[in-house]
Amino acid sequence: MADLRINLAGIASPNPFWLASAPPTNTGYQVQRAFEAGWGGAVWKTLGDPIINTSSRFAAVHFNGQRVAGFNNIELITDRPLEVNLKEIYETKKRFPNHAVIASLMVEPSREKWHEIVKQVEAVGVDGLELNFGCPHGMAERGMGAASGQQPDLVEAQTMWAKEAAQTPVIVKLTPNITDITATAKAATRGGADAISLINTINSLAGVDLDSWLTIPHVGGKGAHGGYCGPAVKPIALNMVAECARNPQVNIPISGIGGISNWRDAVEFMLMGATGVQVCTAAMHHGFSIVEDMIDGLNNYLDDKGLSSAMELIGKSVSRYSDWGDLDLNYQVVARIHEEECIVCNKCHIACEDTSHQCIERHTDEGGRAYLKVREEDCVGCNLCSIVCPVEGAISMVEVPSSAMPMSWNERQEAIAGIGGEGNAKSSAREAV
Amino acid sequence: MGIAFISEQTLRRNFAEVKAGMKRKEAVDESNRCLYCYDAPCMTACPTGINIPSFIKKIASGNLKGSARTIMDANPVGATCSRVCPTEELCEGACVLNHSSTPIRIGDLQRYATDWAIHNEQMLFSAGQSNGKRVAIIGGGPAGLSAARELARFGFAVTVFEAKEQAGGLDTYGIVSFRLPQEVSLWEVEQVRQLGVDIRTNAKVGADVSIEQLRREYDAIVLAIGMSKVPSLGIEGETLDGVFDAIDFVESTKTAVRTDIAGKRVAVIGAGNTAIDAATCSVRLGAMNVKIVYRRSAAEMTAYAFEYDFAKQDGVEFQWLTAPARIIGNAKGHVTALECIMMELEKTEEGRARPVPIPRSTFKLEVDAVILAIGQTRHLPLIEQLGIAHKRGIVTVDESSYQTSDPQIFAAGDVVFGEGQGEAMVVSAAQQGKKAAYAIYKQLIKLQEESA
Ligand SMILES: Cc1cc2nc3c(=O)[nH]c(=O)nc-3n(C[C@H](O)[C@H](O)[C@H](O)COP(=O)(O)OP(=O)(O)OC[C@H]3O[C@@H](n4cnc5c(N)ncnc54)[C@H](O)[C@@H]3O)c2cc1C
Ligand SMILES: Cc1cc2nc3c(=O)[nH]c(=O)nc-3n(C[C@H](O)[C@H](O)[C@H](O)COP(=O)(O)O)c2cc1C
Ligand code: SF4
Ligand code: SF4
Ligand code: SF4
Repeated sequence: MADLRINLAGIASPNPFWLASAPPTNTGYQVQRAFEAGWGGAVWKTLGDPIINTSSRFAAVHFNGQRVAGFNNIELITDRPLEVNLKEIYETKKRFPNHAVIASLMVEPSREKWHEIVKQVEAVGVDGLELNFGCPHGMAERGMGAASGQQPDLVEAQTMWAKEAAQTPVIVKLTPNITDITATAKAATRGGADAISLINTINSLAGVDLDSWLTIPHVGGKGAHGGYCGPAVKPIALNMVAECARNPQVNIPISGIGGISNWRDAVEFMLMGATGVQVCTAAMHHGFSIVEDMIDGLNNYLDDKGLSSAMELIGKSVSRYSDWGDLDLNYQVVARIHEEECIVCNKCHIACEDTSHQCIERHTDEGGRAYLKVREEDCVGCNLCSIVCPVEGAISMVEVPSSAMPMSWNERQEAIAGIGGEGNAKSSAREAV
Repeated sequence: MGIAFISEQTLRRNFAEVKAGMKRKEAVDESNRCLYCYDAPCMTACPTGINIPSFIKKIASGNLKGSARTIMDANPVGATCSRVCPTEELCEGACVLNHSSTPIRIGDLQRYATDWAIHNEQMLFSAGQSNGKRVAIIGGGPAGLSAARELARFGFAVTVFEAKEQAGGLDTYGIVSFRLPQEVSLWEVEQVRQLGVDIRTNAKVGADVSIEQLRREYDAIVLAIGMSKVPSLGIEGETLDGVFDAIDFVESTKTAVRTDIAGKRVAVIGAGNTAIDAATCSVRLGAMNVKIVYRRSAAEMTAYAFEYDFAKQDGVEFQWLTAPARIIGNAKGHVTALECIMMELEKTEEGRARPVPIPRSTFKLEVDAVILAIGQTRHLPLIEQLGIAHKRGIVTVDESSYQTSDPQIFAAGDVVFGEGQGEAMVVSAAQQGKKAAYAIYKQLIKLQEESA
């Protein structure tokens, strides 16, 4: 039994699994049910000035028979009165003193507004605050959420205002709808944030109906862009978390969000620098009980790895994440097909033949049995065949010794510059860093 | 009749588990097909209430240890059950996907997860803190093991008295190897033993151990002795050489190889699951011809549909509406034929058709062996000695606590099956064992604590 407790910027919770600010954390009833099911924390559905939500809000992308590969919504922040939410937060915290209850906040970019709401929620006993600079629709049109979250100076200023009033840790939730996530992450850090959380949802349109030609979803015949989340966004979120984790100017803890559906996803985010994770879509798809396997799976994983605490995972893979220019150009892998496992579907062959480097040959042995073989000298090690292969273990990518010493692009450019000439190469290599 | 020879190697192959375990990809694909229903009907349909969506989700997420634990937590003989449960009548029959697609292969997934635990030598549970109370369990079959496991987790000091050389009951000795290899049952026994349960084999209560001793030394007793031998038919020739009790017959194939059936003609009397097992066993032992002789018709047989199909696939023939009248032997006292009489079905008030003989319809089946599989008798002497209420050897229990008429004694499993009480299945034996354990915990610990 490993210790699953985490401490994120001073916020303690019994395990790293929190519900993200979204419909699952809309009410005290829901959050308390979630804690009963095992969730370690919850970020309350974003509080702010009253809004109205539309009817018809969500849509999903199903992929090859699996439902909810991605999820799209046009919901805004809470549509319940602030006093009601505050009362329920108070009751929830009283019933679950050891669970993390975080208030998510969104107000107009004004110092007074931030001071006011921070004081109100802290008065009912939250463990921390999350500033929602992420909602990509609706609120953004009013200059809040992603609209202010896309401008580093506004992120910095609002974080500062919130911090001026705050007694509890402040987490800044970032929008992914920006070219360089570290720009706003750094701004939050400068503003004094205690932690950042990411990602919020990504601008999206789930689909168009082929018969009515209406958007999916539509509200009385009209659609608007929504925010995308769920399993499909995980790689985008993971990269953004990793980029922040490895940036020395973002030296604050991270709460990882985006497409986390099980304990494996959570471990990946933690290895890439997240102190804990937040989940929305997976809970919406299956209910609160999915946390049981998250806890159990993480526990067994830590035991297997001989780790005594979940905190030991945090950031263990960050140093492995680097820039392209630092990758060893002389490292070489090739595909190797294991005939015992191969079912001769020829998918690897056609993938390589049509779309890669034409090096998987089809043969027939003396017994008339078909088999495939990689011409290793021509294989560039792109991984495509092993990606399309439907049989686990039929293709492995194996490292082959290189005759040359390891050398990255940056080192190469430097070496060339050292020999003299090509001065331009050197400066462009520096820029890439 | 020629002497047939069957090699030990062939026999071993014939008795190896028929069904292959799921491959990894198969298991992952299938587990991802499960909808993870809320208040899932499959779960309600499982007599032990295994959290099926949860264990399946854990296979999908790669948490196999957690998956095995979810299964074994609810069902201490979950590895056996994955192989022998009539799943189409239980969990899989209730799966919501029956309506729109094909049901999830719950049994196979359950086997996949428990096989993982077996192969990786996982120890899934630990004993509770000692509570100072002692419980004796008579009989180490699924009911007894299940009670023992739960009691050990509650912190009781548990001793299981088992008459045979190994524990596991019919899982170890009675269900044919090609459906349930003995190792699976013995692994489950080991899981219980590892909780500190003292499993004393070759210890028959009433003979090697006295009832008085148990009453004296233990705070509670769980009676889980199952049923006994096949009853006699009451016809001539039952003592001839070549007449077997189906349960003994199957047992003989679990522990060793037997070559005496090869090339022989076998008649199995009865049409329950035991008859099917005896018949398919005979086929695998190399019998030339195997007939199931049953006095009613296919519609009335008690064997599960999948068992019936399995027997047909094995080439077993069915002789319906046929009752045995006499077993005929030769001068050496060996079976040579079975004299039968044809029957017809007569409607009765109670509903179940009653077979009545058709006059002058006797005929002779030439056979070398007759296997009797017409139900099981009860361990009447021991039950009488215990002095607990019973109906013809079927021990009477309270349906929720499994307590007998003697408050110190609880009973679970086949020993309480019959007269509309219970079900003769491994999974129900396991559930009853659990319930008896909970009732003992309640009686000896919880109520004491509350009144203290
Ligand atoms: C041939 C056959 C096939 C079957 N197939 C299936 C199947 O496919 N699926 C299914 O669900 N069920 C099947 N069953 C039924 C199932 O095996 C039983 O319902 C189940 O084993 C009952 O469990 P139990 O613990 O009550 O009794 P048992 O399994 O009979 O265990 C009782 C134990 O008590 C011991 N014992 C008896 N007397 C004493 C004593 N005086 N002192 C100490 N120990 C004693 C016995 O040696 C035995 O080990 C089958 C049964 C048979 C006979
Ligand atoms: C219907 C819906 C409503 C949401 N509302 C909010 C919100 O009010 N405040 C907020 O910070 N994030 C909101 N989010 C974003 C989630 O908190 C989360 O960042 C995002 O869904 C990514 O996580 P996931 O992939 O686990 O769903 C919402 C998401 C969904 C699907
Ligand atoms: S889940 Fe279905 S029933 Fe519930 S609010 Fe949404 S549309 Fe209505
Ligand atoms: S894709 Fe995989 S299974 Fe198919 S032929 Fe290639 S190696 Fe074999
Ligand atoms: S009913 Fe079927 S689909 Fe639903 S949880 Fe059970 S096995 Fe899965």
